[in-house]
Amino acid sequence: MLTETRVASQIELYGLMASFRQPEPLLAAARRAHSEGYRHLDAYTPMPVEGLADAIGFRSNAVSRFVFCAGLTGAAGGFGLMYWISVIAYPHIVAGRPLNSWPAYIPITFECMVLLACFTAVIGMLAMNGLPQPYHPVFNVDSFERASRDRFFLCIEASDPAFDPVRTRRFLEQLDPEEVMEVAP
Amino acid sequence: MAEEANHGTTATIDPGPDQVIGPHHDFETVTEKISGVVFMPLRKTPLQLFAAFAFAFALVNVFLVAVTWLLIRGVGIWGIRIPIAWGFAIVNFVWWIGIGHAGTLISAILLLLKQDWRTSINRFAEAMTLFAVACAGMFPILHLGRPWLAYWLIPYPNTMYLWPQPRSPLIWDVFAVSTYASVSFLFWFTGLIPDLATMRDEAKSGRIRRLFGVLAMGWRGSAKHWARYQKAYLLLAGLSTPLVVSVHSVVSFDFSISIVPGWHTTIFPPYFVAGAIYSGFAMVLTLAIPVRRWYHLEDLITMRHIECMSKVMLGTGLIVAYGYAMEAFMAWYSGNPYERFMYWNRAWGGHYWWTFLLLILCNILIPQALWSRRVRLNINAVFVIALIVNAGMWLERFVIVITSLERDFMPSAWNNYYPTGWDWATYFGTIGVFLSLMFLFVRGLPAISMFEMREVVHSMEPTHAHGD
Repeated sequence: MLTETRVASQIELYGLMASFRQPEPLLAAARRAHSEGYRHLDAYTPMPVEGLADAIGFRSNAVSRFVFCAGLTGAAGGFGLMYWISVIAYPHIVAGRPLNSWPAYIPITFECMVLLACFTAVIGMLAMNGLPQPYHPVFNVDSFERASRDRFFLCIEASDPAFDPVRTRRFLEQLDPEEVMEVAP
Repeated sequence: MAEEANHGTTATIDPGPDQVIGPHHDFETVTEKISGVVFMPLRKTPLQLFAAFAFAFALVNVFLVAVTWLLIRGVGIWGIRIPIAWGFAIVNFVWWIGIGHAGTLISAILLLLKQDWRTSINRFAEAMTLFAVACAGMFPILHLGRPWLAYWLIPYPNTMYLWPQPRSPLIWDVFAVSTYASVSFLFWFTGLIPDLATMRDEAKSGRIRRLFGVLAMGWRGSAKHWARYQKAYLLLAGLSTPLVVSVHSVVSFDFSISIVPGWHTTIFPPYFVAGAIYSGFAMVLTLAIPVRRWYHLEDLITMRHIECMSKVMLGTGLIVAYGYAMEAFMAWYSGNPYERFMYWNRAWGGHYWWTFLLLILCNILIPQALWSRRVRLNINAVFVIALIVNAGMWLERFVIVITSLERDFMPSAWNNYYPTGWDWATYFGTIGVFLSLMFLFVRGLPAISMFEMREVVHSMEPTHAHGD
């Protein structure tokens, strides 16, 4: 009987969510949840909270690596384009300067580096975040619209191996949240 | 209606020059207050905003007429004549692009320097950058004579087998300005994403909710998302900082790479960059002071912001003054007769001597009043000085472009430049474009970054002021 309800509710649930009024209790709660062994969890806040990503065990921040590679590509591309234009495609001697007068190509090389790196930073950040995303279960929670305003949420997802609708709910309630809510998938 | 009530209850008290935010603010009130400006019913919009927008929009129409006539008749309707081929178009281009630089400086450099007074003005200044660069970009294109062929400046494979000349600073400009416009847009939009999500969640009407929902792209404030977001934002700031310096340096290369007397100096890049920031801060003040009063935002844009911006204006103004002094010194010290004549002609002998005099008055003498704290804390005085600096920086570009080109090397080539009515119409027209866009932005999007204000509020709370 118990196992049946458990299975049924796990299918229906995306997870359990607790709300807090301030970032510090959320941070503490996220640390507790992580140390309890929960791994599929996420926190939702109306502003960046220092250390929160660490607390839920998020380490791989690949944005900077992508941006570095994009910057190098942009610089190489920019310089390559200038070289190709003035040495290969349209060799044209101006004021007796060598065809590959590289110091004159530096401004464009720099601009191309910045351009590609910046686009990669933004598009890469959005892509890794999975945005644009038209639907996400957390929005099914009524009070979640305050996540962009003045509430701080911790969500333990049902896909977590350690997730149990009853025990996880009890655990969340111990953390002194404002409310614990079920998240419909 | 709820916003209205809240808007009324949150008292707007300027906390004075030591605080970046007024008293009694929490997460909810800053959200209400900033989003309330956007959700305010149309009829509640401050009358001054309507009046200002009507004025600006009238100028937009002047601009449209001027550009239409330009497309019909060509650049001959302007006052340009050989050897003064640049005229107003380049004066205005440099002026506008310089104004844009303060936005990037505030959002990028002050972010890296962790300045607390950056937060409530950065969004506003970024929008200003965007619109100023849009105005700037129009001038070189209109000045081409056949603006519909502007895409020839971009290197692309074409049937003429021709390529742009990458050794020319004019082509550097194409890359610098287009990169700058794109990156400014990215910076502005990235900063807006979390606030667009707030707007989505605050919106009462379904259509507005959907509109902001599409723009917010499903942002939900996940901790993982914030981590990547902050990294990306920091990298954007880091990349924009050298970018902003490079853009105005490249603009100054348009002048200093040439051999025209008065242009061919190495002081130009740093002096142009400082001048850009100088005029940009003046423009932020010119816009922020009325907007903060009309929308009762005195508790979010406080005297601390005004005072800090005045100080930056004073500082960059002094660098600009040093630039002027160096120009005069180098003209004398070079021993070059053309350079010496140019300076004498610019400051004393030429028919535009009075523009030089006004320039010194507007850019160097009057802003010295900002040394006094009393003046810096007098909002009307700061507003007037900011207007004067705006005019002064425009005069600076006028003096550099016009007086140098009028009298180059051969007296047989000399000529006098007089702007025509169409020159003025195009210039004031872009001011109209800029102001219209600014007023629409303030009315339609959160003009102050809400999520960053929440951080400010949180750090101000007495329980968190020490320790974390």
